[in-house]
Amino acid sequence: MAHLLEVNDLEVNFALRWGDLTAIDGVSFTLDKGEKLGLVGESGAGKSVTGFSIINLISKPGYISGGSIIFEGRDLSRLRREEMRRIRGDRISMIFQDPMMTLNPVFTIGTQMAETVLAHRNVSRHDALDLALDKLEKVYIPSPEKRLTQYPHEMSGGMRQRIVVAIALLTDPALIIADEPTTALDVTIQAGIMDLLQELCDAENMGLILITHDLAVVSQVTEKIAVMYAGRIIEMGPTEEIVNRPRHPYTKGLINSLPWGRKAADRLTQIPGMMPTLTDIPPGCAFHPRCTVSEAHCLEKRPDLQPDRARDHVVACHNLGMLKG
Amino acid sequence: MFAFIVRRVIQSIIVMLVISFIGFSVQHNIGDPVRDMVGIRVSVAEREALRDKLGLNDPFLTQYFRFVRNALHGDLGTSYFHSKPALDVILSKAPATLELVFGSSVIILVFTFPVGIYSALRPRSWFSRFVMGASTVGVAVPVFLTAIALIYVFGVELNWLPAYGRGETVNVYGWESGLLTMDGIRHLILPSISLSSIMLPLYIRLIRSEMMEVLETDYIKYAWAKGLHRKRIWLVHAFKNTLLPVVTVFGVEIGILFAFTLLTETVFQWQGMGFMFLEAVERSDTALLVAYLVVVGAMFVVINTLVDIVYGFINPMVRVTGVK
Amino acid sequence: MNTWKRFKDSYFFYSFKRDPLAIVSSAVFFFLVAVAFLAPVVAPHDPYDTATIDILDAEIPPSWMEGGEEEFWLGTDIQGRDLFSTMLYGLRTSVIIGLGAVIFQAVVGIFVGLISGYLGGKIDSFLMRVADIQFSIPYLIVAIIASAVFQLAFGVGRFEELAMPLLILIIGMSEWPKYARTVRASVLGERKKEYVEAARVIGLNRRLIMFRHILPNTMTPVLVISTIQVAQAVMSEAALSFLGLGMPITKPSLGSLINAGFEYVFSGSWWITFFPGLLLVTFTLVIILFGDWMRDVLNPKLYKG
Repeated sequence: MAHLLEVNDLEVNFALRWGDLTAIDGVSFTLDKGEKLGLVGESGAGKSVTGFSIINLISKPGYISGGSIIFEGRDLSRLRREEMRRIRGDRISMIFQDPMMTLNPVFTIGTQMAETVLAHRNVSRHDALDLALDKLEKVYIPSPEKRLTQYPHEMSGGMRQRIVVAIALLTDPALIIADEPTTALDVTIQAGIMDLLQELCDAENMGLILITHDLAVVSQVTEKIAVMYAGRIIEMGPTEEIVNRPRHPYTKGLINSLPWGRKAADRLTQIPGMMPTLTDIPPGCAFHPRCTVSEAHCLEKRPDLQPDRARDHVVACHNLGMLKG
Repeated sequence: MFAFIVRRVIQSIIVMLVISFIGFSVQHNIGDPVRDMVGIRVSVAEREALRDKLGLNDPFLTQYFRFVRNALHGDLGTSYFHSKPALDVILSKAPATLELVFGSSVIILVFTFPVGIYSALRPRSWFSRFVMGASTVGVAVPVFLTAIALIYVFGVELNWLPAYGRGETVNVYGWESGLLTMDGIRHLILPSISLSSIMLPLYIRLIRSEMMEVLETDYIKYAWAKGLHRKRIWLVHAFKNTLLPVVTVFGVEIGILFAFTLLTETVFQWQGMGFMFLEAVERSDTALLVAYLVVVGAMFVVINTLVDIVYGFINPMVRVTGVK
Repeated sequence: MNTWKRFKDSYFFYSFKRDPLAIVSSAVFFFLVAVAFLAPVVAPHDPYDTATIDILDAEIPPSWMEGGEEEFWLGTDIQGRDLFSTMLYGLRTSVIIGLGAVIFQAVVGIFVGLISGYLGGKIDSFLMRVADIQFSIPYLIVAIIASAVFQLAFGVGRFEELAMPLLILIIGMSEWPKYARTVRASVLGERKKEYVEAARVIGLNRRLIMFRHILPNTMTPVLVISTIQVAQAVMSEAALSFLGLGMPITKPSLGSLINAGFEYVFSGSWWITFFPGLLLVTFTLVIILFGDWMRDVLNPKLYKG
């Protein structure tokens, strides 16, 4: 069976005055119907840019400079504007980071929901609002009729993110891209939103790309994890594999900096140094300046993703043989 | 909220007292009501008698309170030149000025939004670059030069539009209006354009920068992600968010348009309040000048108080500090 | 020497060198100011010397036009004065009034802003309320009414003698709130900073902290608004003179030249209005361009409103 989404060798450049800057460099992954993928990395690793490039909405001056994004059999990076518009918000929905900023403050929730339906379906406004009501119930919003006539500022952040989730569901998409959907929310509300997303994706058999810096969150929701560093995927595999048997030194560092599954006496470790900015990515393996096991050859060649142990667990590191565990 | 309004109203009353005090001091020091009433061919003794009768020899403060009391009854003195109550003279000239301000507001609103929005959406197009360049130059051109140029080109050389006066007017319940006749509207065109020229560059820039800011927001990006049509995103989502701050600024700055009517009315010999004021200065018509000062002062105080109170309703931050 | 070197190495000078618009506009500005102040040396005629003026020379067109005379490059005005020389003298008047008014505004505004921002409390709210109220009435209305009152109070003859200092006073008084608000805003910003805290801890007195420590740090926004204010003041002066409430035609500024000439535009003598108008627009435009550039480079947090 063909994949729902197949990203091949994606390259995204930023056109700057003095030349192009590569932000995403050869990212490839696949997603099946109903599958959930976590895209993990520090801020600036390129995970949001990857997410936005799927629906061709990278902020200027960024543009897709290479590779293909095959979704339901069509290459999204080659679609014309109107064809792309029909897919956005219909087959692929997006959930943004900060619910305080994503809803337009001057329109009611009803308007913002109805317009999404009307942009994709040939129905009356009345029917669109009925559908909106239906989806608001699905995300467990109390007194949904009342919400339709309210403005975003009349609601809490958690409530607003539920509404954004409901908007994402309006058109029964095949794929939802959620960019840090809980980062801006209180911890107590985060879990609720995550459970909701997971439940809905399972119930409707929707694909999910969950973009986050929080390994703990993805490990509970997704089946697959891709770890990004400086614009590339450096390790990818089943969630259980990645969390329990990380291979790349960077992934290991990430896992070791998490507090769970440890005895109280254990100290949390921290990866020394900072991720490089796009303008000064080191030669060879971009991680080598921070790596504990780097060797001279790490500076010469960039490592490619290669299968390790399990066929579906790929790692980009020259020194896999030396790594224990 | 109630306390805030009361505070604001008390404040404007104080301001009005200060303005009337300035007005009265001007009247007291440079006006000569006796001359205004009987001319200069009357003997000194008779004048002195008249001064006594008018209370002009009373203490300063007594006279000031009388001035305020009269003003509250709508009596702002008598114009020496028009030999009519000064307030009546001003009110008879007000429609001309207000219609001029109205005409240029219409031009500003109709013209600046499309241009400002277009140059925000297509900042690199030659039209946007031209508009931005022209608006920089436009800020540096004084309104009276624009007016002279307009008269010269459209009034004299091309002879398309009348260049002086208000043309035919119709009296509607005491309001002398030029908006109801073709001739009146033709006369309004050039003065309105030249008055609007002071605001056009500023507004195009303001709308452009507000719109560009809005286009960068998350909710616009989200609107794209929802797959909305381009037209809806630009003309409904972005536009409505741009509209609110711009209209607010417009409401506050309409007073500046009013100030510049003085220059426009002079060039076009437009029989409004500004033209009347400058005539009053030339004729040393002190009573009329002082009445103008009080009326204009009152107008601004009322407008500002209303704007502040409306703001207080809209913006809870102001409300809170107002109550404190 | 040291200051000069520091200036040459600064970001300010670096970006100046790279921006042709800034170089051209500041060059034109300094050229015009220099010519204006050197008017008595540069101008071929002395428009203030009534002995050399002949009314029979009135309305001679520019020298390249038919009927023009070699002696009067840009023609003559309605009183028979050489227009070029009169414009130079007029520019000088405009520049003096513009700069004078801005210095006046700045001194009053900075003083009020400093006191208001540093002392705070009742004094602050009172002063800012006064500034707000004056701000809410357009400066041009204030200036026009004030000059009308002065003209009536002094009588036209005396007013014309005193016109220059009075205009400086009037235009200065009508715009001080802008400085007061800007300075106050940056004083409030500075006051919280550690160096002020430190100065207070070591026991420096208030006035010393205010003038020696806080004031210099508020100078960037003041400098930026000053350029725009000079342009504004020059235009205000022109507007007042155009209305006949400013400089008299015997001691003309650019505004009064335009005022005197504009009725003759329609009978064909366009140059009497055109050249002073062009000079006025050029002068204000270069100030505005330079001011825009400076605001972009120094990028202070300006008071909006």
